[in-house]
Amino acid sequence: MAEKIAKGDKMATRQAYGKVLVELGAENPNLVVMDADLSKSTMTADFGKAYPDRFFNMGIAEQNLYGTACGLALSGKTVCASTFAMFAAGRAFEIIRNSIGYTHANVKVCATHAGITVGEDGASHQTFEDIALMRTIPGMTVVNPSDGVSAMKLLRQVVAFDGPAYVRLGRAAVPVCYDEADEIVLGKGNQLRDGKDVTIIATGIMVNEALMAAEQLAAEGIDARVIDMHTIKPLDEDIIVKAASETGAIVTAEEHSVIGGLGSAVAEVVVKKCPVKMAMVGQQDTFGESGKPDELKKKYGMTADDIVKAVKELR
Amino acid sequence: METKQYQEIAAHVRVGIVKAVHSAGSGHPGGSLSAADIVTALYFREMNIDPENPKMEGRDKFVLSKGHAAPVQYAALAERGYFPKEELLTLRKLGSHLQGHPNRDKVPGIEMSTGSLGQGFSVCVGMALANKLNQDPGRIYTLIGDGELQEGLIWEAAMAAGHYKLDNLCAIIDWNGLQIDGNNDDVMTVKPIDEKLKAFGFNVLVIDGHNFEEIFAAFDAARACKGKPTAIIAKTHKGHGVSFMEDQAGWHGKAPNEEQARQAVEELGGEW
Repeated sequence: MAEKIAKGDKMATRQAYGKVLVELGAENPNLVVMDADLSKSTMTADFGKAYPDRFFNMGIAEQNLYGTACGLALSGKTVCASTFAMFAAGRAFEIIRNSIGYTHANVKVCATHAGITVGEDGASHQTFEDIALMRTIPGMTVVNPSDGVSAMKLLRQVVAFDGPAYVRLGRAAVPVCYDEADEIVLGKGNQLRDGKDVTIIATGIMVNEALMAAEQLAAEGIDARVIDMHTIKPLDEDIIVKAASETGAIVTAEEHSVIGGLGSAVAEVVVKKCPVKMAMVGQQDTFGESGKPDELKKKYGMTADDIVKAVKELR
Repeated sequence: METKQYQEIAAHVRVGIVKAVHSAGSGHPGGSLSAADIVTALYFREMNIDPENPKMEGRDKFVLSKGHAAPVQYAALAERGYFPKEELLTLRKLGSHLQGHPNRDKVPGIEMSTGSLGQGFSVCVGMALANKLNQDPGRIYTLIGDGELQEGLIWEAAMAAGHYKLDNLCAIIDWNGLQIDGNNDDVMTVKPIDEKLKAFGFNVLVIDGHNFEEIFAAFDAARACKGKPTAIIAKTHKGHGVSFMEDQAGWHGKAPNEEQARQAVEELGGEW
């Protein structure tokens, strides 16, 4: 537990989830964790081993996973219920909406294997719609951490408040971009790099790509600001408005459909409060396919190069 | 109390249903009336509850999984003293706490917001698990429609209830045989309900859902059964108690006009 995680180390956000769950299990006897036959992949298995009385495997039945999670939460438990993003936000959407959202139940939908970096499993498992779906539910907090360090810090905050949340986690190991000492606050975007020419607002694994893109842009004389928008709902409007007014252009980057996700959420603010030119990097209106995560990111336009290109086209 | 008194209370509940749905101008009288005796038995005898303290620790909980039968739950709660009966006439009206389908934030005694079929039962599995974890003596009751058994989620929840041996969970199936588009058997067969639920690990009882002695005996048997959840399959008649609504699928989701409502109330021995 004590080993340090350093900047540049590689860690999947689902690994961070598994790790923090075990810590939280010791701290919070009220915490219940649930899964739907994917506990070794979602990383809830370690919690199950440590606290078997507070771990429920519901089998391959995601609708009932979230219905049951709701019943436990309405009976006073704090519940983290996990499966792959496709089957949480997708298959169980209406249960999450009507049972969990409508009753404000204290269920944390911790969904792993989101986005293109699921890789080889292919299009049936590559979720690009979950942020869009979840952020339309009134009162739902939506979080998409960028690395292992921020995932652990944000998960602690998510578990600490009373109410529903969706936490989007990834399969692939990604570079750590935060120091353990960095402050990361739920609902507040993190400015990771200042800049005056353009702002790149990224979420999830695209934050790292955005930082690399900013380096490339700097070499070409373009000064890019980078913001990690780990919380998509409630959205940090102030940091967006400030970025729009100070840099005059915004490029969003997400491992999600460009329809309805971070890009749309940012545009909703920008169009109302401070209209500037925008571009959106993410999955275009298409399904994915099998391949290695890095190959897929390249083919489907979710790399630092794609962000650089979008910035240049915008200017 | 004697059986006759429960029958009288159920008649009051039915009057409440008719008046509420008439006042609303829409809603679901058929499946509310079919469940009136079961719901009366729950609120007036079976459940450990306190209308003065709706959130009492250790209470029993009832979830109306067939949420469209909200009028029966509202009428029974009002009859039991959770809120004034006059409020039944605000059903489905703007600003009323009596929503078209139950909302737990708005009405004391409502344990779960339901309406989307299958979900109430699934939530009950979680409530029953939580009571086991918390060593809470409260029992969990849910009323499921027969048409609702067509929802896949019902069977996911049933599998889990059997797997986790939730003997603090009692599901009652309101088997009136009818759904919006007609007979269950024509729309999508749900039979054999008893064999299916047995196969999922339930203690299964089949009763006349309009006979209080049978309803009470079934609840007693459910409480005595250890190591498995109980399903009470209650044979009922849709629209029961109102002659022109009885066994008519057309009265699933239609409000009576004033003349019909007056006649229904009269048949039930109530005052208009």
